[in-house]
Amino acid sequence: MHVLSPYRPDLATVQEVIQETATIKTLRIVFDDQKKMQSFSFRPGQVGQLSIFGVGESTFVINSPPTRKEYLQFSIMRVGEVTHRLHQLNHGDQVGVRAPLGNGFDHEAMKGKDILFIGGGIGMAPLRTLLLYMLDNRRDYGDIMVIYGARSPRDLCYQYELDEWKAGGVNLVLTVDNEFPGWKERVGFVPTVLSEESPMPHNRVAIVCGPPIMIKFVLFGLKELGFDDEQIVTTLEKRMKCGVGICGRCNIGSKYVCVDGPVFTRAQLNEMVTEL
Amino acid sequence: MGNAIRYIALDKLTRVLGRLSEILDVWVPTASEEKKRLVRFMPYQAGMIPELVEQSTLGPKGALLPQVESLFRFIYEKDPDDASHKRVELEDPVAPKPTLIFGVRPCDARGFLLFDRVFSAGPHIDGLYGARRDLTLLATLVCLEEDAACFCSSVGGGPADRQGSDLWITPIGDGYVVEALNDRALHVMDLLEEPANELQTAAATKVQQEAAERRVGNLICDQSRSNFLQRFDDLNYWQQMAGQCLSCGICTFVCPTCYCFSITDELKGMRGERIRSWDSCMFYTYTLEASGHNPRPTRLERYRNRIGHKFSYIPEKYEGIIGCCGCGRCIRSCPVSIDIRKVVENLEEKAHACA
Repeated sequence: MHVLSPYRPDLATVQEVIQETATIKTLRIVFDDQKKMQSFSFRPGQVGQLSIFGVGESTFVINSPPTRKEYLQFSIMRVGEVTHRLHQLNHGDQVGVRAPLGNGFDHEAMKGKDILFIGGGIGMAPLRTLLLYMLDNRRDYGDIMVIYGARSPRDLCYQYELDEWKAGGVNLVLTVDNEFPGWKERVGFVPTVLSEESPMPHNRVAIVCGPPIMIKFVLFGLKELGFDDEQIVTTLEKRMKCGVGICGRCNIGSKYVCVDGPVFTRAQLNEMVTEL
Repeated sequence: MGNAIRYIALDKLTRVLGRLSEILDVWVPTASEEKKRLVRFMPYQAGMIPELVEQSTLGPKGALLPQVESLFRFIYEKDPDDASHKRVELEDPVAPKPTLIFGVRPCDARGFLLFDRVFSAGPHIDGLYGARRDLTLLATLVCLEEDAACFCSSVGGGPADRQGSDLWITPIGDGYVVEALNDRALHVMDLLEEPANELQTAAATKVQQEAAERRVGNLICDQSRSNFLQRFDDLNYWQQMAGQCLSCGICTFVCPTCYCFSITDELKGMRGERIRSWDSCMFYTYTLEASGHNPRPTRLERYRNRIGHKFSYIPEKYEGIIGCCGCGRCIRSCPVSIDIRKVVENLEEKAHACA
């Protein structure tokens, strides 16, 4: 029997593992089916479900951009059972992948605009895919500013490519929560750094992802700066199972984060019930 | 299809079921032996006595959405080229078999209509459900008697609602008149004893007409979507309505329209299965995230979600369909007597007060 099953993953193999921080690893994987790898396309911000067969499945953003097709990249914070096992994977190990799922960022609508990325901790992962997509289509976008914060310098991901971001014309503002020996960048919480930088809202889109408390105060800060709700984009997380809008658990009111999201504008969130 | 009407005398029923089960899997409602009060749908076996008078405690949803089912199997093998790695292979689950569910009620059939919309009409298609559904016939019984918890007419159905059914069974005193409602059902008609005579057909028509005239329940829910949204943040309301909820999950378990499920893995040695099983939005762990955050942390948010899903979110997503078939099972089964009709009805009051 072969039926159309949205639950059956494709098999893929880990090509490279990068230890980003003490609790975050990045996996670079390729589909075992070469044709699938070649034809695979997605939008920045779409997610995938990674499987360890016998343990389970969890959802992560594909944080490599669709413009770079050698591998799919996922950054995984070790929190629960599945992520614990994903951290044990080595080069050559197999995983299951169901991707792409969800809506992704509307990068077409952002063309010609200035862009402000605001990321905290692992929240930088979904921003990275869009950032690199924009760097690969640099002329389509205006000024790009990235405010990226972590608890300490040791908790910053993607340190090995920050120079590439800068070389692409990114105004990169890094911050950590507290002073740290040898740290020459900013010190302070992301919302504070945002108000110090005070980027102007005119013709700009702000894309925000991070821990809930950071998002809360960043949203407040953006409002102070004069950003409209339509100019603010975020990407949400929920516990998911099916990933295709059927199993019923990742809903916020009538919206399923797995198919209607995970990317929403603040204006869209305002229309939804208050159950985050 | 007038020539396709058959008659099964009461004492021939088990013979008919036996004949049917030679060509397909037959499910019937039957009382469990140890507890006579519990009626549920089971695969038919010789000697089983179908319970066709009383409504089943647990509807037939498990025949189309099994309580536990394999989504696929996986087998690990040592990589012959590299002993440090295992390779995995995936296998599809066992194919479903042609099935007939005998003695479904119109409310149960209505539950499957919602399943069909959710699983088979997109945006994503669940082919596992679809394959099983395509092979399944619903033989539905005209409903002769409601009880105090029934309200099928309030949510678009009714005791003689044929929607979603393939065979239509009308009880007349000493037997059942059965007609095929579509071509899918024709191939089993020959197995159903003798053709019905004119008297039997006339008696059936009368029973059907009487059933069609009954209006079961008086809940009005055409405004429930907007009423619900207005009540959403009124936690006092939810405390009043569901403060006594125990989060036991029986309402979702017995509900013909509750389809929410979990997916988990089971592994034994080098082989295992990914399993889909019924889940309940009444459980704390349903939405619990690995970080410890839970968007529906108490019974109130969870019960609110159940009402919202059925009377607001499903109608919004799926062309106005109400996610409730009015069977009344959640009302009968609730250990603390929560009545979904009362909860939906009272949504409205504040809306009036505000206006």
